Amino acid sequence: MADFNLPKNSRLTEGKTWPKPAGATNLREYRIYRWDPDGESNPRMDTYFVDCDDCGPMILDAILWIKNKVDPTLTFRRSCREGICGSCAMNIDGANTLACTKGMDEVTGPIKIYPLPHMPVVKDLVPDLTRFYAQHASIEPWLKTDTPAPAKEWRQSPEDREHLDGLYECILCACCSTSCPSYWWNGDRYLGPAALLQAYRWLIDSRDEATGERLDNLEDPFRLYRCHTIMNCSNACPKGLNPAKAIAEIKKMMVARQY
Amino acid sequence: MSKNPQIATQTARVRGLGAARSGTDHFWKTRLTAVANVPLTIAFVVIVLMLARRDYAGAMALVGNPAVAILLLLFIGSATIHMRLGMQVIIEDYVHAEGTKIVLLMLNTFFAVAVGFASAYAILKIGFAG
Repeated sequence: MADFNLPKNSRLTEGKTWPKPAGATNLREYRIYRWDPDGESNPRMDTYFVDCDDCGPMILDAILWIKNKVDPTLTFRRSCREGICGSCAMNIDGANTLACTKGMDEVTGPIKIYPLPHMPVVKDLVPDLTRFYAQHASIEPWLKTDTPAPAKEWRQSPEDREHLDGLYECILCACCSTSCPSYWWNGDRYLGPAALLQAYRWLIDSRDEATGERLDNLEDPFRLYRCHTIMNCSNACPKGLNPAKAIAEIKKMMVARQY
Repeated sequence: MSKNPQIATQTARVRGLGAARSGTDHFWKTRLTAVANVPLTIAFVVIVLMLARRDYAGAMALVGNPAVAILLLLFIGSATIHMRLGMQVIIEDYVHAEGTKIVLLMLNTFFAVAVGFASAYAILKIGFAG
């Protein structure tokens, strides 16, 4: 059966409450998932207090503040701090998003932060995304042609180029795939919304000559059809993209070549 | 069939047994029967409401009416196919043990076929034998 309960050694316990910064008046409470692969202990929820007068406005600012000033062992990925690298994807206030583009003021009450759901945890807020990347690679995200490459460039009309808008902007942060219940239960066989959005990006590219072959490799009860149009993916996407629509378009292409 | 998760690479596991090259027929038939079920379910509910106000002989006469019997048979066909397709997806979603899954998929088909044929037999018996 699908696993509806966490394994015993993954169940959350109450962790440490770190001291409030001295003299601070504008405090914000953070509850953060911690897990250390080197120990035997279960994951725990640590409580931190961030001095908002000494910290930037975003959630990423706050966890950097905690790492710099309170607890240097807090582990998470981050890089660009402006929503273009996708590194700081995590589950904040119950929804997957980027810590760098989510403002503290968007959350009421204590700010709860967990790693992306239903993925193996490397440490604290760092999930293992190896399979996610392998799924992206499996859709062969590059231009495939048999016609010899033209001397200058593959031509594309502005109208055909517009079909790629809303698709090419994906930063592979994994917010969508890890918000999808179907991906939780069948992530080993279902490619997930992120990989399928990218698959559609190449299916719809007017320059690509491997459309049929791409559809062949997606036509599978699990790889594609495990999508049940739950649409958590489109809700979660921090870039405002619509993977559910892209998947629906792939299904329409599948039907179109049958009739 | 499944590769050792400790040793096999993620790429090997994602590629798995390759694409089944099927699923579109299932997808299409689910939609087809869903669309058919809209008018057929309305007809079914109307027929049931009409039956509720009749005595035994009146009920037998109504179901024995060719138009009513054909509507009921169409409803049974479309609904049981739709039921089987839907339940198959639920089993595939949640049951991951290969043996259990195959047994449940078989039972699902047996159940849908049995319900369909039993219902159709009842209607045909009323229609032809009265």
